[in-house]
Amino acid sequence: MSQLSIQRQDAPGDDLLINFGPQHPSTHGVINLVVETDGEVITRAIPDVGYLHRSLEKIGEKCTYHGYMPYTDRIDYVAAMFANEGYARVIERLQGIEVPQQAEYCRVLACELCRIASHMIAVGTNATDIGAVTPLLHATREREYANDLLEELCGARLTYNYMRIGGVSAPVPIGWLDKLSRFLDHLEPIMIEFNRLITENEIYVQRLANIAPISAKEAIAFGLVGPNLRASGVDWDLRRDVPYGVYPDFDFEVPVGRGERGTVGDCYDRWLMRVREILQSARILRQAIEKYPTEGEFVAAKVPRKLKPKANEAQSRIESARGEMAYYVVADGGENPYRVRARTGSFAVMTIVEKISRGLMIQDLIAFFASIDVVAPEIDR
Amino acid sequence: MTVQEIVEQLKATFGEKVGELSETLDPFLTLKAEDLLEIAGFLKDTAGLEMDFLQDETAVDYPDESLIRMVYHLFSYQHRHGIVLKVELDRAAPKVPTLEGLWPVANWLEREVWDLFGVDFEGHSDLRRIMLPDDWEGHPLRKDYEDPTEYHGISHDRPSPIDGFTRVDEKLRQIAAETAAQLAAATGEGESSEESAS
Repeated sequence: MSQLSIQRQDAPGDDLLINFGPQHPSTHGVINLVVETDGEVITRAIPDVGYLHRSLEKIGEKCTYHGYMPYTDRIDYVAAMFANEGYARVIERLQGIEVPQQAEYCRVLACELCRIASHMIAVGTNATDIGAVTPLLHATREREYANDLLEELCGARLTYNYMRIGGVSAPVPIGWLDKLSRFLDHLEPIMIEFNRLITENEIYVQRLANIAPISAKEAIAFGLVGPNLRASGVDWDLRRDVPYGVYPDFDFEVPVGRGERGTVGDCYDRWLMRVREILQSARILRQAIEKYPTEGEFVAAKVPRKLKPKANEAQSRIESARGEMAYYVVADGGENPYRVRARTGSFAVMTIVEKISRGLMIQDLIAFFASIDVVAPEIDR
Repeated sequence: MTVQEIVEQLKATFGEKVGELSETLDPFLTLKAEDLLEIAGFLKDTAGLEMDFLQDETAVDYPDESLIRMVYHLFSYQHRHGIVLKVELDRAAPKVPTLEGLWPVANWLEREVWDLFGVDFEGHSDLRRIMLPDDWEGHPLRKDYEDPTEYHGISHDRPSPIDGFTRVDEKLRQIAAETAAQLAAATGEGESSEESAS
């Protein structure tokens, strides 16, 4: 039986071994950090995950291809649309299904709205972890509006399940696009207010700037993805660089960390990435509303009820709210996938915690942990 | 660079050690475990290839062939190309060198594979279970894994308490009727007692 290798040292001094979480509010539920400190300075912090392991990969092998779809949203409950989309795309590749244009637009609408909702929670909880409660109230309110729209689209407010293999479950309801435009008109001034309230707040900047910087080289070596990678100065977005779906139709910017208030890749940069991505998603949504094809199919006509792809294997990569999400599926010709693998952003970012936390103060560890925006089921799956 | 060009470059350097490319949707290259470190290092550091991103590392179990295949997805941000490598391992004693030295993210990815498939990584700095408790037996993503019936005396298949319930409709109806009668009598008495009190 191999145990966690760190132990209480009987050294004179202020060494302490603390269990940080799983019940601590800033560890977001079920993440445990075993922290070794010297006074208030951390000498080592080891993440201990697995409290939530729900064997979603094993379930994938036991379900049919269609039947696994509702399980995928449990991988990332804050941004479930992306997990849906990634899985649908890999099966479409295996089966050779072409998704109709209208369905692709529905997917973009659902995903970008979901990204706004997810980043709202990310910035809101980030501020709360550091001690400011008001921003979370603002952010949650805006997320509620986004959730109302998503609910109208697919009937759920948390475990959204809108994607289907070959398309989506239904086209957007009548009048929905108009509601969405009104929401966007409301959102953009709110973000200006939000920035004035918190992003430019001097106390807040002091808490985040220059804290726990991750260099571009480290970020790549540790496999960081999404906003965490971009904050480190790596100009990379799958939507733009390895485009999928109808993303080439849209014009948007990819925010990259430049160390505006401190070092490149510090907590403040990671915060800024998410605030700016909300506005970029709003921009994509506006274009999608403009270009939405009113005619066409919302699901490919030739998707068999019983999917049996030939023996083959493929991977799909999509840009989730937490960065690149890659599904790798091996088909053996049967009714169930032979192997389903989900590579998620939060799992990779946890690998760097031990390295970055060395030498941080405890308060800065919280700031760092809040800024990487992990969702527990994405780590454990 | 296309995958074919990458493979040609690998063949020019490593000759026989590099096999043929498969014809799946994402073509993969099968290597021997002892050549993995050398070839992965070459892919990472050679100018023009520079696959700096270990996108994924996982395994697939094939009990019929008594093999476990390790799957490595490599990608280069700079050149936007990638390659899939596979290593075939003996299922009875799967062992492969660790890639931790090249990509630190492999540390956790390999712990996960060790936990769920039981693949041993030579030279890994911290090989212990990551998802399951330290004293768990077996590796759940193997195809022949059987669910344990209990963990530390906590049974996994207790009977549903609902099975022990019985239908009591007739009796319930009787009780309801009796209660209603008692209630009516009690309220009648209550009124009369109020009257007497006043």
